[in-house]
Amino acid sequence: MSEVAAETQVKQKGKTKKMSTRVDFTPMVDLGFLLITFFMLATSMSKPQTMEIAMPSKEKVTEEDQTKIKASRAVTILLGKENKVFYYEGTRENNIDPVVNQTDFSPKGMRQFLIKKNYEIMVKVRDLKVKKDAKKLSEEDFEKQKQEIIGDKKAPIILIKGTIDSSYKNLIDALDEMAICNIGRYAIVDITPFDLELLAKKL
Amino acid sequence: MPKVKIKRKSTAVDMTAMCDVAFLLLTFFMLTSNFIQKEPVAVNTPSSISEIKIPDRNIISILVDAKGKVFFGADGQENRVQMLTKMGTAYNITFSPAELKEFSLVNKFGVPITMMKSYLALKSEERDLPQNALGIPCDSLDNQFKSWVSVAKGVNRDYRIAIKADQATTYPVIKKLMGSLQDINENRYNLLTSLKNTPDYE
Repeated sequence: MSEVAAETQVKQKGKTKKMSTRVDFTPMVDLGFLLITFFMLATSMSKPQTMEIAMPSKEKVTEEDQTKIKASRAVTILLGKENKVFYYEGTRENNIDPVVNQTDFSPKGMRQFLIKKNYEIMVKVRDLKVKKDAKKLSEEDFEKQKQEIIGDKKAPIILIKGTIDSSYKNLIDALDEMAICNIGRYAIVDITPFDLELLAKKL
Repeated sequence: MPKVKIKRKSTAVDMTAMCDVAFLLLTFFMLTSNFIQKEPVAVNTPSSISEIKIPDRNIISILVDAKGKVFFGADGQENRVQMLTKMGTAYNITFSPAELKEFSLVNKFGVPITMMKSYLALKSEERDLPQNALGIPCDSLDNQFKSWVSVAKGVNRDYRIAIKADQATTYPVIKKLMGSLQDINENRYNLLTSLKNTPDYE
């Protein structure tokens, strides 16, 4: 015991101070947060959303091959300027022009009309969705059955036609309405002189 | 009365835990991130309810600004080299290996092919200046946009076309692009949008 005591005595004489092993981490934290900030600003966390679109091919289709759509099922949507939308059902019959209505892309506008037009199918899709949410239906089956429902022969066919005054946003909005209202059959078509004539009369 | 001794406490806090958190977050961000690619023009995409995500690879990105200028970009540096070589032969322009190398580093460009040489000679920070961002011609007379897409598709069959257009872009511009794509039988493509909530309808 005395030996040990003697040893400590010697150490104290040499005055070797015991350094603390604690390091100040503050600058390291600063550095860490700086890098985090950099990465947060320089990166894109989420991938952009996209909309898939399939256009008809340009191959010439002969008159007989073309399936003439029934005028009663056709709804034409005309995208006008300043986000205005015009729509009419059918086409000119017995020299009587279809009634052109004006509306917009608010939930109370175009959508009301499309929902009314496509009501049966929307109800069916909603029922299907309830089933899926209750886990009675797998994701794939849901998609398959949904496609079957919205491809119904009696469903309306929407023709989207843009005027030169409309913008890309209008087109996307129109395509969105198709998705919201579960419309399976729609197409983006060139505007015809007949449509322009109707528009001119309306304005 | 005896004096109450208030013990002075040290204000130094142990930073070790905070440091751990900081670096944990840093690691997370480093691993999950993919860098934002620089775009020659600012484009404000319209919002839609569609929730499909775009794949990471094999994308031909077509950028259309509000004025209707068209920019083109495709990923994969080797593919870009092949594309420029092919475009060069189609338009009778020979590009030097240095120019090809330079082009492989260009993410998106918007110049006519005739000006490509002078464009590649520019410094990268000069390229995005308004006078150098002219847009790719896509008129019916000189449809270079169509050539670029078909060449890119020839180089890599798996390319998907993604169109990112500004919401203020006029419809005729979009129609022209869609028409060009239709001409070369590219009938499936993606339109980039930003997310908007699905409205409740009852």
